[in-house]
Amino acid sequence: MSEDNSGGGKVRNSVSGAGTVTGTVAGAGEYFTAYPDQVLENVIENVLVFLTSRHDRSTVSLVCKSWYRAEAHTRSDLFIGNCYAIAPKRVTDRFKRIRSIALKGKPRFADFSLLPVDWGAYFTPWAHAMANAYRALEKIYLKRMLVTDDDLAVIAHSFVNFKEIVLVCCEGFGTTGLALVASHCRNLRVLELIEDDVSVSVDEVDWISCFPTEGTTNLESLCFDCVEAEVNFDALERLVARSPLLKKLKLNTPVSIRELYKLIVRAPQLTHLGTGSFNPFVEINQQQGDHQEPDYAAAFAACKSIVCLSGFREIAPEYFPTIVPLCGNLTSLNLSFANVNAEQFKPVIRHCHKLQVFWALDSICDEGLQAVADTCKDLRELRIFPVDAQEYDEGPVSEVGLLAISLGCRKLQSILYFCQQMTNAAVIAMSKNCPDLVVFRLCIIGRYRPDRVTGEPMDEGFGAIVKNCTKLTRLAVSGMLTDRAFSYIGQYGKLVRTLSVAFNGDGDNGLKSVLEGCTNLQKLEIRDCPFGDSGLQSGLHRFYDMRFVWMSSCRVTRQGCLEVARRLPKLRVEVFRRDEEEGERGDFVETLYMYRSLDGPRPDAPQFVEIL
Amino acid sequence: MVRSSIVTLYITSQSFPYTHSHYQLLSITIIPTKMSSEASTITSEPPTTAVVSIGSLSTNDTELTLGLPGGNSRKSGAKRTFSVTTDLKLGGTDRSSLECSVVRRSPSSKEQVVGWPPVRSYRKNMAKSGCKYVKVAVDGAPYLRKVDLELYSGYQQLLSSFEDMFSCFAINNVMEEMKLMDPVNGTEYVPTYEDKDGDLMLVGDVPWKMFVESCKRIRLMKNSEAGSSGMYKSQLT
Repeated sequence: MSEDNSGGGKVRNSVSGAGTVTGTVAGAGEYFTAYPDQVLENVIENVLVFLTSRHDRSTVSLVCKSWYRAEAHTRSDLFIGNCYAIAPKRVTDRFKRIRSIALKGKPRFADFSLLPVDWGAYFTPWAHAMANAYRALEKIYLKRMLVTDDDLAVIAHSFVNFKEIVLVCCEGFGTTGLALVASHCRNLRVLELIEDDVSVSVDEVDWISCFPTEGTTNLESLCFDCVEAEVNFDALERLVARSPLLKKLKLNTPVSIRELYKLIVRAPQLTHLGTGSFNPFVEINQQQGDHQEPDYAAAFAACKSIVCLSGFREIAPEYFPTIVPLCGNLTSLNLSFANVNAEQFKPVIRHCHKLQVFWALDSICDEGLQAVADTCKDLRELRIFPVDAQEYDEGPVSEVGLLAISLGCRKLQSILYFCQQMTNAAVIAMSKNCPDLVVFRLCIIGRYRPDRVTGEPMDEGFGAIVKNCTKLTRLAVSGMLTDRAFSYIGQYGKLVRTLSVAFNGDGDNGLKSVLEGCTNLQKLEIRDCPFGDSGLQSGLHRFYDMRFVWMSSCRVTRQGCLEVARRLPKLRVEVFRRDEEEGERGDFVETLYMYRSLDGPRPDAPQFVEIL
Repeated sequence: MVRSSIVTLYITSQSFPYTHSHYQLLSITIIPTKMSSEASTITSEPPTTAVVSIGSLSTNDTELTLGLPGGNSRKSGAKRTFSVTTDLKLGGTDRSSLECSVVRRSPSSKEQVVGWPPVRSYRKNMAKSGCKYVKVAVDGAPYLRKVDLELYSGYQQLLSSFEDMFSCFAINNVMEEMKLMDPVNGTEYVPTYEDKDGDLMLVGDVPWKMFVESCKRIRLMKNSEAGSSGMYKSQLT
């Protein structure tokens, strides 16, 4: 914030406008004023520079008008959890010096096709507003927003000092937009595309070649594993060779293991590597003589800095052991695209004793999870995804694996676990063995499944989680649950901020317990539960303090939603249906999505969305 | 020996029922559930699955029966039939005395529930069984390639991919015979494949689906060889 102190000619109170008298100041050393407000504001501003937490800043801005102005003047990082909670203009009017912005758009259930296409979350109005107001913008983080190639063009052309762009679960853009960012953002340090749906077109643009070709780049992070289109490998190789600061490189699926080899020998300083396919794609034709295969294991051994490994998008399992030399250093391993079985997995995982984050497919089975539990004593985060995402009576992972993890990985903080069957006993055991759990997301794929052994609902298991895991902030429930489970959640889940409910519950009392009990609840997403209007009404006192509530295929009626909208004018109550509906729901609303907003109903709502 | 069996049932409805009173109990069917042996360390015997069918009906078909699903009670034309779970503790019965249907019903696997399980679309279809990888060899080339036949919808697409893979080729459709040509030296290649029975066949002879099913490996044969191996003669028989 050096410009605040430069030359003293700046007049603070010109920013505030109303109430204070303007006056010039001679120089920094001769600063004198008869207006204590100005002094106070200066002091506050210089102090506020050090305040980075947005929650603290929010609090500061509420003290008085003077502090509000000072805070608005000094805030450089903006976080907007719901792009429709506030209009871009209001943001640019209040904050003048934004360097980085984080924006989130669609609700999470959009990931599972529950939100119609064209619902919204367009980045375009934000891009234009910021292009005018924040010429010094350096960082953009977007999640679940619709970003077009034109938007990327605006970014590329508007911000001279642009450094970082991170797009998570976004869509609407393609290689054209990427090429523009690569060519024009000369100071680019970070380009991360994470789980985006990058449009495929007939003419793919060679965007990798668009990075400056002369001299060294400032690139520190280049992640494009979700891009389907093959990149120009020669250009990529040259780019990596002249990016001495590159620490994170995540390659996409078309990159073969041989190409990976060529890259990592040029970039031994990498800390985060996404391997691409991990597949040679070609096979040596036996009759045609021998072509030497590179020594992959030696190349990996030379990468002493790699702590985070992912990729394996089309793994040829016979190459998997080549990563063993790396394993001792790994703190994060993502095998969630690698369909490897327990036999292939165990020889590798037993070297990963420093692992803290582990993602995998359930192809490793309970046996593989036992191996994780035996070795990874420092594990903090575990995610197990299903290879075959359908409902079956049995699956490769079960309560056995969960129990093993709970016994072996006592420091576990976050778990996402897909399985077909579960028992209360295993969940209760985890609640006791892993008291540090902050995130507990259990997805029993078989809907309405009770405890596999006792036949009872899964109430006691989830009850134990909320009771024993006192730091829990995020919870996703599944299986057969009655009102009792929700009563536990309401009673004990005082820190829970995000709650996901699907195909559970007996009736409105469940929703009531949650809305009345979970005093810190921010995000509530519910689908296919027998919760209706009276349950919804019981949350009226909380909805202004929440980021959003989503209820689809439940039993809320239009009348009930109207009532909420009437009582809470600052709440945007959207009702709509999915694209293809089978049969009528009568008076029941298909989807209710509501969120607080400082501005009126969004102007870009499509026809099928009704804002009550 | 008298044992009690715990019977667990599953709700399988796609969407939750509304509060209509005319839903009637149609039937209860007891079906044994298969359990893998390593998982059932706790129970001494596998539980059975019972499916309780409820549908909206105007007839008097409300008697409880033990029978297979799909009986005439289903023909009520109910818009929303679904099955409900309850715990049935069948005390004092020997398993063998139960009239069990051996049909294992997983009704939910037939229904496509949108967005369930909550897995993002690019994470679905990780199962290997979706792939049909076959090796493609070209006479004279040092490397083999693998193609996933499941990715293509027809022969034209497959040949196009050969064009891409072995960039020297151009598709040469002459008189409905599929051929590839190397424009540099004018050599023609005939796509052939080995089927399940080990026979050498011309690519394109059988309907696409049958080809995907039976193809084991593909060989792009130089035309001169194809002629001498009697390919064309065998085609006529």
